[in-house]
Amino acid sequence: MTPENRAAYWSANLRLLIVLLTIWFLVSYGFGIFLVDTLNTIPLGGYKLGFWFAQQGSMYCFVVLIFIYAIRMGQLDRKFDVHED
Amino acid sequence: MDLQTLTFVVVGATFVLYIGIAIWARASTTGEFYVAGKGVHPVANGMATAADWMSAASFISMAGLIAFMGYDGSVYLMGWTGGYVLLALLLAPYLRKFGKFTVPEFVGDRYYSQTARIVAVLCLIVASITYVIGQMKGVGVAFSRFLEVDFSVGVFVGMGIVFIYAVLGGMKGITYTQIAQYCVLIFAYTIPAIFISLTLTGNPVPQIGLGSHMVDGSGMTLLDKLDQVVTDLGFSAYTAQKGSSLNMFLLTLSLMIGTAGLPHVIIRFFTVPKVADARYSAGWALVFIAILYTTAPAVGAMARLNFVDTIQNGPVGEESSNIEIANLPEWMNRWRSTGLLEWEDKNHDGRIEYYDDKNKEFAAKAAGFEVPWEGNEMTKVDRDIMVLANPEIAKLPDWVIALVAAGGLAAALSTAAGLLLAIASAISHDLLKGVFTKGISEKTELMAGRLSMTGVILVAGYLGLHPPGFAAQVVALAFGLAASSIFPVLMMGIFDKRANRAGAIWGMLSGLFFTLVYIFWFKGWLFIPGTEMAANTPDNWVLGISPEAIGAVGALVNFVVAFIVSRATAAPPEHIQHLVEDIRIPKGSGEAVAAH
Repeated sequence: MTPENRAAYWSANLRLLIVLLTIWFLVSYGFGIFLVDTLNTIPLGGYKLGFWFAQQGSMYCFVVLIFIYAIRMGQLDRKFDVHED
Repeated sequence: MDLQTLTFVVVGATFVLYIGIAIWARASTTGEFYVAGKGVHPVANGMATAADWMSAASFISMAGLIAFMGYDGSVYLMGWTGGYVLLALLLAPYLRKFGKFTVPEFVGDRYYSQTARIVAVLCLIVASITYVIGQMKGVGVAFSRFLEVDFSVGVFVGMGIVFIYAVLGGMKGITYTQIAQYCVLIFAYTIPAIFISLTLTGNPVPQIGLGSHMVDGSGMTLLDKLDQVVTDLGFSAYTAQKGSSLNMFLLTLSLMIGTAGLPHVIIRFFTVPKVADARYSAGWALVFIAILYTTAPAVGAMARLNFVDTIQNGPVGEESSNIEIANLPEWMNRWRSTGLLEWEDKNHDGRIEYYDDKNKEFAAKAAGFEVPWEGNEMTKVDRDIMVLANPEIAKLPDWVIALVAAGGLAAALSTAAGLLLAIASAISHDLLKGVFTKGISEKTELMAGRLSMTGVILVAGYLGLHPPGFAAQVVALAFGLAASSIFPVLMMGIFDKRANRAGAIWGMLSGLFFTLVYIFWFKGWLFIPGTEMAANTPDNWVLGISPEAIGAVGALVNFVVAFIVSRATAAPPEHIQHLVEDIRIPKGSGEAVAAH
């Protein structure tokens, strides 16, 4: 693996991390804590939206984020030919 | 069959199953003992990780904490799940690529320093011991309920079971036992929740039931109804925020970073065959965890509603609305005998009044009722019983109650085993084999691991008998320590090539020192009662940050100190920079490079 390829693979990884961790931060700390009062004015079934994010929604998002990461990294691994056999 | 016998049968059957698996999957090499021979399927590892992770605190205490904290309890839900995102994205794949047995081993190799390795062992032991206290407390609670014996007897019985269990199984045995324990605990947790959700809302899915309308004819949503009944009794609204946003933020962050930094969780990802497996396995772990964690808030809310309804079954202020002591349900008398529930008829009206007597406005009003209320008569309601007594409160069949006892024990035992393995491997592999007695044979190393487990169980048992708070709170402290000492040094080891020996050591020590001092300041030095420097109340906390929430600040201290010290001292040697480059890509053998 050339140093350029190595650097490109690593920065693609970091870009993905930044996007996913931003969403991670937003759904939990953003929607669940800091913006909870604002979102609570919106109903979601019998839930208030902010309360739902704090006690339900954020956790669903976390699961999805990890699988997106695993899939995207798998694609990156193959693109840069660094996957394990 | 009466309840007691049925509980014996169900719990006994699960114990036979666990011990059977442990015998079938005994470890005969150190590779099997420490990392199950690196042959665990990612989904199987996900399930084992979920059991490893979900402790007595998750199973027994969390829903109860949420029941009484309401919205503020969200910190535990988000904090104990969000850490898996950090673990999956920032640590697990890279540490799996590194391919060794323990977390301190990575620290020692990456920072080319036995001192760093020993400091990491120290951090690991402090965090894991703190965590294991919570498990011992949980085992005691479950056993005292199940055997109807004194709490301390429960802890002793628990120590005995954990001892047999941890010594029989290495990581290999523990892995397959944890899969069985996951199945037991998830059934035990969700079945009562489904029943209760059906009864209250007509919807069998608790996650949806929590956001549904009541079927009692009131036409209200469950959460609105709950808000109303608790505010009627002077408590603050269930869905309202009570603590400060800053403290909630830092507590959640501490729990998340701590989760990602807990060695007994990290080492589970050393057991899968490939780097890609470690990524998926973290996802599967969180799926299995989320099944319980999204059910817990429904359990908490519904248990609180049922509990209030049991005591206050009509309009507040009318005498006949409060339950007569002579007519108390059987479960209340049973729980009173365990010391976790207590009441006192303060106004001698032969009935129980449960309300917030610290709410001055409401207390004054209650004192003016036809039969004056003279203080909250439910003098003790331990949070932990909300899950264990929940099936009884909701009048569910006896086999459900027996199943919950088995589930609580499965949760506590599986986590205890994982923690004990992490501690034992740190002592036998890192301290003995790695530093002090390098020449020992594999057989001697295995024996050393088993002996160190024994010592740790005794220490944990003692601390379990003298715990500083209820189970989830004790565990919260372990997270602060893992967050402030272990996570930053691991993350910098992967993402910052410039991080060096001095930076890592000073970072870990300063993070740990800062966090421990803050916790001990309010909780007593080494948790010894009476030695606290200031009362543990929000008024005394710096910026309103609770001792449980300080780990995130400790992590920041660690990061900053490690960063500055690393830049002020010499760069790490060439072969370490290659090691970092090597763990960043999945391909190739980690062993070859690490062997330098």
